[in-house]
Amino acid sequence: MALPLLSRSLPGLLMDQASSIIQQRAFSVSTVAAAIQKMTRVRVVDNSTLGNAHHHRAPRVIHVYTKNGVGKVGDKVLLAIKGQKKKALIVGHKMPGERMTPRFDSNNVVLIEENGNPTGTRIKVPLPTQLRKLEGDYSKVLAIASTFV
Amino acid sequence: MTPRDKTRFCAHGFRTNSHATTGRSDMAACVKGLDKFTFSLRLIRNLQLQNERYLSTSLCRSAPESNADPPRFIPPSKPVIIDKTQPEASKRKFLSPEFIPPRQRTDPVKFSMERKDMIRRRKVLDIPEFYVGSILAVTMADPNASGKVNRFVGICIQRGGKGLGATFVLRNIINNQGVEICYEVYSPRIQKIEVLKLEKRLDDNLMYLRDALPEYSTVDPDMKPVNYSHTGEVPVNKIKVRMRPKPWSKRWERPNFDIQGIRFDLCLTPEQMAHAQKWAKPWEEYDMLKEYDTSQLEKEIFLEVQQEMNK
Repeated sequence: MALPLLSRSLPGLLMDQASSIIQQRAFSVSTVAAAIQKMTRVRVVDNSTLGNAHHHRAPRVIHVYTKNGVGKVGDKVLLAIKGQKKKALIVGHKMPGERMTPRFDSNNVVLIEENGNPTGTRIKVPLPTQLRKLEGDYSKVLAIASTFV
Repeated sequence: MTPRDKTRFCAHGFRTNSHATTGRSDMAACVKGLDKFTFSLRLIRNLQLQNERYLSTSLCRSAPESNADPPRFIPPSKPVIIDKTQPEASKRKFLSPEFIPPRQRTDPVKFSMERKDMIRRRKVLDIPEFYVGSILAVTMADPNASGKVNRFVGICIQRGGKGLGATFVLRNIINNQGVEICYEVYSPRIQKIEVLKLEKRLDDNLMYLRDALPEYSTVDPDMKPVNYSHTGEVPVNKIKVRMRPKPWSKRWERPNFDIQGIRFDLCLTPEQMAHAQKWAKPWEEYDMLKEYDTSQLEKEIFLEVQQEMNK
């Protein structure tokens, strides 16, 4: 009587082990190919304390300051980060843009103050060169960048 | 040897000039035989030197007459100039895939006109032979970049488009950030395409590198070109990549991708692999309507392109 019970529980045990080795989730948690819109989770790429603090909930876009609600490189967004509202500049997204412009593996933003100055002092990842078109508004963001592609 | 000779000539020339005057006054002044002897000795030496100089004037041209000491003039070997760009690439028979038109109802005149434009562009810009999996460096004009040019090094993960709209995607990881750039082959902004490493991979599309571990798409941006043979088969890199844990951008295990270059045994259980085969379409290889044999077309276009390029 105990034997079939054991044999029934054994495969389940093996399966549990296998799944813990492989560590997989059944669903993807980030939009793969879409520009930035409301509720998009983003990655803060500067060294500001607010952006790098450990968060329980990933920073999300709660508003995009464009006419059509779709943010591309160079657009300003409003983030919900650590229970605060904070403005940010999009510096790269997963969705492919124009030809001959870089496409990044993550949705990158840089935190900015109300007046357009960056909150952090260093940007760790490469920035797309087409950001230089808005040199006048965000020259301080471009000045703290380490590399361009 | 020669510099010492030169100094001797100089001294000797001075002496011969002064010889006629000073030598005679010497003879008048000297009473001792020793002096006479030295003078005669000097005269002999002068003569000998004069002889030597006389010989030496013609030494440059008639070297064999003099003794073996002065080195013969050996003309430097003619430098062999090898133009590595043009003739080397043409040794292997290679037709870029964008020359082959897709199978559709579009008027073939459209494609032949595009081919003409492509050839005109290829006469200006050297577009080398490369494959998915090769490592390329592309220099393009960029009005926003510092120095107005932008150079990007990466592994080619996809080639797309036909005719003038042909593209290829380069991928690299810079500062732990994956970056891809899609280049248009015939765009006038492209200034230079270099092949740093010519090789093929097991698959014709390496988009799965997005979901692979970052080490497989990392390329050193200062990489030096690796020499490759311009004849024979292109080497195939049979590397199999390890993947990140499962939420992938696509279900690469499905048979429609038919991917050979992933270690599925590390990330999927045999049951999952068997389950993926549910989407297999084994009848499609026998579907004659989907056959598109381009070998004849390829031959014709290859001849046409070669003739036009040689004009």
